[in-house]
Amino acid sequence: MIHLSPGRVDATRRLVLKGGAVVALAGIAGIRFGLAPALAAANDAYPDAAFKVKGADGAIQALYGKAAEKSDKVRMDAPEIAENGAVVPVSVTTTLPGVTSIAIFVAENPNALAASYRIPAGTMPSVANRLKMAKTSNVIAVVEAGGKLYSASKEIKVTIGGCGG
Amino acid sequence: MASTIRVRATSSGDTTEVQALIQHPMDSGFVKNSAGELIPPHFIQQLTFEHGGKPVFIADWGPAVSKDPYVKFSFKGGKKGDDLKISWIDNKGASDSSTAKIQ
Repeated sequence: MIHLSPGRVDATRRLVLKGGAVVALAGIAGIRFGLAPALAAANDAYPDAAFKVKGADGAIQALYGKAAEKSDKVRMDAPEIAENGAVVPVSVTTTLPGVTSIAIFVAENPNALAASYRIPAGTMPSVANRLKMAKTSNVIAVVEAGGKLYSASKEIKVTIGGCGG
Repeated sequence: MASTIRVRATSSGDTTEVQALIQHPMDSGFVKNSAGELIPPHFIQQLTFEHGGKPVFIADWGPAVSKDPYVKFSFKGGKKGDDLKISWIDNKGASDSSTAKIQ
């Protein structure tokens, strides 16, 4: 597989995204995922760089390019104590209108961003999944609605870490 | 080969609830095997659900999603008997897809 200096492509992609030039985006996605025609066809680039950032604030910035404000309209359901860090059920739901994406960050994991969900119009702003946690950590749910970011966080205590070793 | 994707999509009123369970190791790249060597990262990066030719839900995943991932969401506009297409691709370029009928 051809490696085009990934950092550079990411920067380009961000600019392209800001310019709203979706056609160009498809071209770049095609090059980056040369072995993955399905992805290129879906015209949806994977936010590779955001998944490689330490710390929640940096990862939120890397994914969205801005910071989130706390909101009581974002609700996260997760256990107080997770006995097994390998499987921590986390669900996020919100009453905010115009939601376009929901992302979940585990601050103390080696890379904070765990999952990011794109919510097209007609899909409910609610998602449940299961995540790995290396150790006790704040977990932050970020909801993008009407172009702004809203967050809720909760500390989850982990008895046995989910990253093995 | 048996599909790695198990999906249940249930329609009630105008809302369809989707639950999916995928078989995948979701290796993070931080875990060592019994010989003390790091197991290289191997995880699903993108999981897409399509209804009527349009994506209704796209998951971008990192290695912090648990082994054999589970996800649940709901969308409007699905009817009983409609097809829901599910596909994933991982960081090694492997992929799988499946089509489920909304019940």
